[in-house]
Amino acid sequence: MSDDTSLNLFQQQEANRRRTVLLVIGFVAFFAWLGFGGDYIYYLSTRDAPSTAYHHVFPWFGIALTVIALLTAWYAYATGPEKVLWSTGARAVVDPTDPQEQQLVNVVEEMAIAAGVPRPRIWIVDDPDPNAFATGTDPLHAHIAVTRGLLQLCNREELQAVVGHELGHVKNLDVRLMTLLAALVGAVALMHDGATRILRGGFYAGGGGGGGSRGGGKKGGAGPLLAILLVVWILSWILAPIITQILPARCSRSCSWCGSSRGSSRRSSRRSSRWR
Amino acid sequence: MFSWILLAALIGALLWLIGAYNGLISLKNQTLNAFKQIDVQLKRRHDLIPNLVNAVKGAMEFERSTLEAVIQARNQAVKVNATGPEGIKQISQAENALSSALQRLMVVVEQYPQLKATGNIGQLQEELTSTENKVAFARQLYNDTATQYNTKQQQFPTSMVAGLAKAQPADLWELEDQAEKAVPQVDLSMKPKV
Repeated sequence: MSDDTSLNLFQQQEANRRRTVLLVIGFVAFFAWLGFGGDYIYYLSTRDAPSTAYHHVFPWFGIALTVIALLTAWYAYATGPEKVLWSTGARAVVDPTDPQEQQLVNVVEEMAIAAGVPRPRIWIVDDPDPNAFATGTDPLHAHIAVTRGLLQLCNREELQAVVGHELGHVKNLDVRLMTLLAALVGAVALMHDGATRILRGGFYAGGGGGGGSRGGGKKGGAGPLLAILLVVWILSWILAPIITQILPARCSRSCSWCGSSRGSSRRSSRRSSRWR
Repeated sequence: MFSWILLAALIGALLWLIGAYNGLISLKNQTLNAFKQIDVQLKRRHDLIPNLVNAVKGAMEFERSTLEAVIQARNQAVKVNATGPEGIKQISQAENALSSALQRLMVVVEQYPQLKATGNIGQLQEELTSTENKVAFARQLYNDTATQYNTKQQQFPTSMVAGLAKAQPADLWELEDQAEKAVPQVDLSMKPKV
């Protein structure tokens, strides 16, 4: 992961495609575990119940959570870029109204030619801090946003370097991975909030039932397995948002540099003297 | 048994042939597209220059020769009527001449701060800078694509299909002009030109 800079563009694209697929698989698998794990625990705890009581046989939770995860991943992929842009309060530059915006549009057009990608949609965030980001799913559906502060701070050359860097993220498909990651993290955080609220009530009610099953476990022998499963399962629920917080940090650290090297390679070949 | 192996080898060879042929055709069209990219930017440049010249003309009466050189080079470049990569030598010669004439003009414009402050010279300058950059980047893209195309059609075994795909080596965009290659001499002494 750390030697991303030595990879060429196609290897980077391949790596990002693979990571995106892994991310989606991991995301769905985790939800499946939360669901089916819960089903299995419920199944074990109701197995020894009298025949008139409820027996949890069909894995409703697992199926429901897996479907939710698949839908979430699809939704995140389809609307992630929109959501990211919306959350920053960016507005699209369609008709540039002042020289700064015109220059930005020009620079993006230039760098798009240099990178050999279609011109991405351009956005401006009204924020005095200099910053820029790119989002999208592929070079055909890409967005590039810069803050007003960046436009005020940078001269033309510097703006070119920044835009070139962001286009590098577009070209090597960093944007796909990062946007999906951001959207999924947001989704998990939201769902975790909701789920803990529901589950907290459920745990209190299930506490009595758990005690009962432990009593039954002494006879059956499913006790230790059930206990371990329950602990791991509850830990998974608690750790879910933490894991999803750590994941993007790792991903972005491993790739924070490759975009810049990709984007500036063409620029520097043209006016290298300015960049020494 | 033997005939089966022969058949498999034949099918394999045919599949490779189709792949290699299509690969070459695809690169050929990419090269053509990259060339059109330059063409689009050059057209824009030709359209921009009269505007710029008109905007600075009034304030720069005594820089007539610089302005005229630009107009002349521009008209020369417009006259070149080549539509494909075959005419690239011709186009690049005319465009390079225009580039150096333009650069001289821009150096002169820099000496008139009041010119930049008034009117839309600043805006025109931005447009021109952008167009120059686009031309340069489009040229890079063309050269990269054409090199890929040339390499592919020369490399074995794709070279065997090159004739079938009517692949011809594409000319690269080069700096023909010796003056362009040299480090520009900028005269800031403000002495009247002889």
